[in-house]
Amino acid sequence: MSLGHDREQHWISYPRFLVRAVAVATDGPFGFYAWMTVLTAVALVGANAWANQVVQGMITTGMTDHVSWGLYIANFTFMVGVAAGGVMMVIPAYLYHDEEMHNVVILGELVAVSAIVMCLLFVTVDLGRPDRFWHLIPGLGRFNFPISMLTWDVIVLNVYLLLNLHVCGYLLYMRFLRRPPAARWYVPFVLVSIVWAISIHTVTAFLYEGLGGRPFWNSALLAPRFLASAFVSGPAFLIAVMFALRRFAGLDLPSGPVHTLVRIVRITILINLLMVVSEVFTEFYAGGAHTASAQYLFLGLDGSRGLVPWIWTAIAFNVVAAGLFLHPAALRRAPVLISACVLSFVGIWIEKGMGLIIPGFIPSTLHEIVEYAPSLVEWKITAGIWAFGLMVLTVALKIALPILAGRGDDVLAKNPRATASPVAVR
Amino acid sequence: MSEMPTGSSDVQRRTVLKGLGATLGAAAFATAVAPLRDLPNRLSAAELMQKHYKELDEDDKRTILNRLEDEAARDYGVRPEIRDQPPRSGTKFAYAVNLSVCSGNGKCVEACHRENNHDRATNQSYIRVLEMPKGSMDMGRGNTTYRHGVPAEDKFYMPVQCQQCDEPPCTDVCPVQATWKEPDGIVVVDYNWCIGCRYCEAACPYHARRFNWKKPEIPADEVNPVQGYLSNRIRPQGVVEKCHFCLHRTREGRLPACLEACPTGARVFGNLLDPASDIRWILENKRVFVLKEELGTKPSFFYFFDK
Repeated sequence: MSLGHDREQHWISYPRFLVRAVAVATDGPFGFYAWMTVLTAVALVGANAWANQVVQGMITTGMTDHVSWGLYIANFTFMVGVAAGGVMMVIPAYLYHDEEMHNVVILGELVAVSAIVMCLLFVTVDLGRPDRFWHLIPGLGRFNFPISMLTWDVIVLNVYLLLNLHVCGYLLYMRFLRRPPAARWYVPFVLVSIVWAISIHTVTAFLYEGLGGRPFWNSALLAPRFLASAFVSGPAFLIAVMFALRRFAGLDLPSGPVHTLVRIVRITILINLLMVVSEVFTEFYAGGAHTASAQYLFLGLDGSRGLVPWIWTAIAFNVVAAGLFLHPAALRRAPVLISACVLSFVGIWIEKGMGLIIPGFIPSTLHEIVEYAPSLVEWKITAGIWAFGLMVLTVALKIALPILAGRGDDVLAKNPRATASPVAVR
Repeated sequence: MSEMPTGSSDVQRRTVLKGLGATLGAAAFATAVAPLRDLPNRLSAAELMQKHYKELDEDDKRTILNRLEDEAARDYGVRPEIRDQPPRSGTKFAYAVNLSVCSGNGKCVEACHRENNHDRATNQSYIRVLEMPKGSMDMGRGNTTYRHGVPAEDKFYMPVQCQQCDEPPCTDVCPVQATWKEPDGIVVVDYNWCIGCRYCEAACPYHARRFNWKKPEIPADEVNPVQGYLSNRIRPQGVVEKCHFCLHRTREGRLPACLEACPTGARVFGNLLDPASDIRWILENKRVFVLKEELGTKPSFFYFFDK
C-alpha cells in the first residue's frame, strides 16, 4: 500500500471504517452469538417494561412521594463510579508511563463508555416525562445552569462520554488506516479525561450532598467516599473483564496491568472502609435527630428494617474482599482475585446504590417512615439496562481486540493481510 | 479476495445470517415497545412542542388554555375554565397557623383535595397534619396517620404544606426551570414543562411536593371547573405539583380553600406588604416561628401558639 493511498479523504474512509467495525463486532464463534442473544432478550424484557411504565405511569414502580428515587437512581450513582474507575488504568498508563498498562488502557476507556451509556439510560428511565427530554438540551430547552447540580451532571457525563468515544474511536480508526496514532490527536484528550473522571463522580456526589433537607446526604464526606468506592468497583470490574477476555477471547494479556490494579484496590478499599467507619462513628456517637436515617440503614427504625440485611451483607463483602485483595494469594491465584473482585463489586453496588439513596428518604423530611422495595417493573428495566450495557461493552471489546492483542492479526485494518479471511477472528 | 472463493461464500452466508438476525432483533424490539403505540393518541404534537410558560405570549396562552380545556373535556367529561391569573403588584402572600387552636380535624386536607382536583385513587392533598405530643417539637415523635377523635389529650396538631420559601431549594435544583418563585412569593410549577426527574422532591425539606405517579382520576361531578394554569388544573401524568396558595383564588382577592374550610379559625392568610392585614398583625404581635429555620430556606409560612 502506497503512502499516497493512505492519505485518502476521511469522508470516504471513515464510513468504511464504521462498516468494518460493524462487521468485526458481529463476527464470532457460537458462544459469542449465544451471549449476545441472551443479553438481547434481557434488554428487550427491560424495553418492554419501560414502555409499559411510560404508558401506565410510574405507579408501576415501588416509589412513592416519600421515597421518590429508588433502584434506577441507585444504579445510576453506582455506574458513575464504575465509569470513573476506568481512570485507574489511564493514570498509570499516561502519567506513570506504564508500558504494559498502556497496551490495554483502551479497556478502561471502553468500560467507561459502556458505563456512561448505562448512566444516561438509568436517568432517562427515571424521568416521568421522557417525551420532554429536549427541555434539558442547552439552547433548545431551558438549562438551569449553573444553579442546578443536575445540569452540571448532564454536562460532565456527556463530555466524559465524548472524550472517551473520541480517544477510543481515534485509536481504532488509526488501526483501520494502519497508521500510528498521532499523540496530539488523543493524548491531550486523555489527560483531560483524567480530571474529568474525578469530576463526574464529584458532581454526582454534589447532587445529594448539596441538599440541606436530607441530613443523611448533607455530608462533606460524600464526594471523597464516592471516589474511594469508585476506585474499588471500577478496577474490580476491569480485572474481571481482563480475566474474561483471557478465558473467552483467548487473549494472552500480561499480568502487569492486573497487578497494578490490585495494588490500587488494596489502598482504595481500605480508604473506603475507613470512611464508612468515620461516617458510622459520627452518626452514632453524637446521636440526635439526624441519626435517624443511619439508624434505619444499619439497625432498623421503629420496626422498619428493610435495608438492614443488605447493608451488613455489603459491609461483610467489602471486609472479606479487602482481606482477599490484601492477601498475597490475590496476585498468584485467579480464583482468589476473582472472588475479591466480585465481592467488592457487589458490596459497593449495595452500599452506594440502595444503601445510599434509600436512607436519604427514610425517615422523610416530616419524619414519616415509609419503606421502599423495587417493583418487578423496576427490576426488569434495571436488568435490561445492565444487559444493554454489557452488549455495548462486548461489541466495543470485539472491535478493540486487535489493539488489546497487540499483534499483527489485524482484522480491523482495511484489506487485512495477516489473516486468511476476515471471519477468522477468534 | 477472488483467490478465496470458499471464504467469500462464507462471508456472504454470514452477511445473510447477520441481516436475518438484525431483522429479527428489530422486529422483537418493535414488539417490546409496542405499548408506546398508544402514545400518539394521548400526546399531541402541540403539547410535545409547547414552550416554557415564561416564553408564551398572550396568543400562545389563549391557544394553550383552549387546548387544555379540550383535553380535560375529553378525558374527564367536564369542560373547565382554565385561566392564567397573573400576580398582583404590591403583594407578598404569607400564611400563619395558630397551633393553639388547630384541632387536627383535617378539614383543610380534604378541602385542598377537592379544590385542587387531586387524584381520588391516592387521596392526594398538599397538606399533611402532624399529631405531636405536647412539650416536643421533634417531628420524629409526630404521627400523620392518626385515626381517632380529635383533639386528643396531650397532643397538638401541626399542618404542614408548602412553606413558599424565599430561598426555595426546590427551584434551585430543577434542571429545566420548570418551577420558580413568582413576584407575589408563590412557588409554582409549569406542569407542561416539568420533565418528572423529582429532584425538587428530594430537595424540599418540608415534604411539600407531590409527583403524579399516574394519570389523576376524578369523577366528572367532582371536578372543580374553576382552574388556573399554574395552580389547580388537572395535572398530567409524570409531573411534579405542589401547594400554590390557591393562586387561582388568592390572586383574585379570595382566600385559600384550606383556610375557608378550617372550622377552628387557626389559619390566617394575607398580604405581608399591606400594613393593615391580619397576617401583619400576627407577625407583629405573636411570637411566631418557622419550620427548620436552621436550613436557611426563609419560609413565608409561620406558626404560633397563643396560650
